[in-house]
Amino acid sequence: MTMKAVFKKTCGLTDKPTHYCPGCTHGLIHRLVGEVLEEMDILEDTIGVASVGCSVLSYEYFNCDMIQAAHGRAPAVASGVKRVLPDRFVFTYQGDGDLASIGISEVIHAAARGENITVIFVNNAIYGMTGGQMAPTTLIGQKTATTPFGRDVSIQGSPIKVCEMIATLDGAAYIERVSTHDVLHIQKAKKAIKKAFETQKKGLGFSMIEVLSTCPTNWGLDPAESLDWVKDNMVPVYPLSVYKNCEGVK
Amino acid sequence: MGKVLMKGNEVIAEAAVHAGCKYFFGYPITPQSELVAYMARRLPEVGGLFLQAESEIAAINMVYGAAGTGVRVMTSSSSPGFSLKQEGISYLVGSELPAVICNIVRGGPGLGNIQPAQSDYFQVTKGGGHGDYNIPVLAPASLQEIVELTQDAFDIADRYRTPVILMGDGMLGQMMEPVEFGERSETGTFNKEWATTGTRGDGGPKIITSLELDAESLEERNRNLQRKFAMIKENEVRYETYQIADADYILVAFGTVARITMNAINKARKNEVKVGLIRPISLWPFPEKPFIETRERVKGYISVEMSAGQMIEDVRLAVNGFAPVDFFGRTGGVVPTQEEIYDKIMSIAGGIRV
Amino acid sequence: MEKKVIFNEDICKSCSLCVQVCPTNVIFLSDYLNGKGYRPARVVNQENCISCAKCAQICPDSVIAVYRPVKILQSV
Repeated sequence: MTMKAVFKKTCGLTDKPTHYCPGCTHGLIHRLVGEVLEEMDILEDTIGVASVGCSVLSYEYFNCDMIQAAHGRAPAVASGVKRVLPDRFVFTYQGDGDLASIGISEVIHAAARGENITVIFVNNAIYGMTGGQMAPTTLIGQKTATTPFGRDVSIQGSPIKVCEMIATLDGAAYIERVSTHDVLHIQKAKKAIKKAFETQKKGLGFSMIEVLSTCPTNWGLDPAESLDWVKDNMVPVYPLSVYKNCEGVK
Repeated sequence: MGKVLMKGNEVIAEAAVHAGCKYFFGYPITPQSELVAYMARRLPEVGGLFLQAESEIAAINMVYGAAGTGVRVMTSSSSPGFSLKQEGISYLVGSELPAVICNIVRGGPGLGNIQPAQSDYFQVTKGGGHGDYNIPVLAPASLQEIVELTQDAFDIADRYRTPVILMGDGMLGQMMEPVEFGERSETGTFNKEWATTGTRGDGGPKIITSLELDAESLEERNRNLQRKFAMIKENEVRYETYQIADADYILVAFGTVARITMNAINKARKNEVKVGLIRPISLWPFPEKPFIETRERVKGYISVEMSAGQMIEDVRLAVNGFAPVDFFGRTGGVVPTQEEIYDKIMSIAGGIRV
Repeated sequence: MEKKVIFNEDICKSCSLCVQVCPTNVIFLSDYLNGKGYRPARVVNQENCISCAKCAQICPDSVIAVYRPVKILQSV
C-alpha cells in the first residue's frame, strides 16, 4: 500500500524541541508562520525579529536569520532591517506585553509609517514568562498575579483592542484577528498569516495578524480547557475579523 | 575640495556620509536637530536613507536592526534623549554590533536647558547602560577634528564590532568654522559574515542576540568582550598635549573647554607662569600615558570641565596620588570664560604677586 | 499495515490536544514516559485512523506526521 504524506513538520522550523509549556499555542503559531514561509518559498529571504516574553528564544526555532530585539522594540528593529533590505521579508513575533504595553508606541508608528513588515501578535491576555501578571489585554474580571481580585475597570481600566486601533491608521494595509481554539480556526489563522506576507510581498504596507492564544500554566487550566476559554471568553471581547484590507488582499 | 564654512552639527553629518554612512535614524532635540535635518536632506543625495523615528528609543532600536544587516549606521541625540538610548546601547554592545552614536551634551540633569555642557562624561565613559561594558568615546574640539574623528568612529566600530560614541557639546554643535573634507586612504574592508540578511546562498541561519541563559556561557561571552575592550585600550587611545614639557602645573580639558583653556594658558605663560594642557581626545580609553609621564615631576593638575566634576575622577586615577588634582568647572549650561580659567590658574600656580 | 500516524514520542509533552480532537478516538497517552518525563501520545489502532490530520494540525510541537493510503486505480 502506498502512503502519501498528508502532514509533515515544516522546514520553516528548526529541529530544536521548544521550551514552551505543554499545550501552549506558541508552538502552533510558530509552525503556521514556518509553513507559510516555506509554502511561499521565501524562507531564505526572511529575517525574523524575536521579542521578549515566553517567545524570547524563538530565534532558535525559526529556520531563518533572526535578530533579538529589546522588549517592545521589535517593530523599530524590524523597520531598521526592512529599510536597509527592502526586498527581504521581515516579520516580528510579539506577545501582548511586548506589543501592547511597553511596545505600543513602536507598533503604532511602524503602522503609521506604513512599514512594509508583518507583525505576528500573540494575544493570550496575560504575561506568561514573568509569572502571570496583568497584560493590557487582560479581560475585565480576569484574575492575574497583579489583579488578584480580578481586573477592575475603575482601577486598571479596560483591555486594549489592538487590531481595531491599528486599523485606523492609513499606513496599515492588512489587519486581521484570528484564533487558535480549534482546528478550523487554526486553518483560518494560517490563511490570515499568508495574506499578511502576501501584503508584504506586494509592498502594500503594514500587516498584522493578532492571534488569540492560550496560557494554560498561568490561567490555571489544562490545554484543552484553555482552548475553550479562548472561545468562550476572549472571542466575545476580541471579535475575529478582518479589520483592514486595503486593495483587497487575497 | 577646498574649505567650506559649516555648522558643527552639519559637519558631523557630512563627515559620516564621507565615512560611508548611508543610514541615519534620529529624533529632533536641541542642540543637535540640525544634524538630523541635514541627514534628511543629504542621505537621499547619496542613495542612503533617513528616517525620523518616533522617539530616541525607537531610533536606537532602528539603528540596532540596521546594524544587524552590516551597514554603517548612525544616530544622534542630546543628553535627555541620550539617556533614553542606554538600553539600546547595551544591546548593541552585547550583540557586538557596530554603530556610531553622537551625543551633543546640554545642561542637565532632567530637562535642564539647551546650553553646552560636558556633564554626560560619566554616562558615556562609565557605561550608562547596564552590564559590564565600555564603549570607545571620541571628543573632538574643533570642526576639522570632527571630520577626522567621525571617520575614526566608523572604522573603530567596524574593526571591533562595537558601538562608538562621538561626544560634543552644544557649542561645538552650533559653531561655524571652515572645514575641509579630504579623501581618506582606504582603511580596509571589514568582515560582516555575521550580518542577518537572509540565508539565500549563505549557509545556515544567523542569529544576532545578547541573550545567554547559561551563566557560565554568559561569563565566557563577557570575558570575550573584556578581551576586546583590552585591545581597544591598547590601540585606540588618542590625546594631545600643549606646552607640558616644562610645565609646573598641567590643566586637563577636552572638547571646546580645551580651546578656552589654551587661551588661558597662553595668557598665563605671558605672565611667566608655566602651565600646560593634556587634552584627552578619546575619553574612553582614557589616556593614562601623558599622566604617567608627568605625574612625578609636576606640582599639580587642574581638571577643567563644563560639569560639577566628572573627568577629574579619571585624572585622579591616572595621577594615582603622585600629585594633587584640583578642579575648575561651570555647569548647568554655563560656558567658562578664559578669564575665569586664568584666575584659577593664577590662584594655584601664580605664586605670590606683589 | 503501514502507519497512518507517526508520533515523535521524544518531543511530545502530553498536552492531550490531539487526544481531544481526534474524531475516531484512536489517540491516547501511553503509560510509559519519554526522556522528558511526559507520557507521549500514541496510536495503536491505525486501522481506525482516517488520516484527517486534525491531531497534527492542533499539535503545538509538530510531533505527528500523517499519511494517507493512496488508492491505485486498476486499469482493466
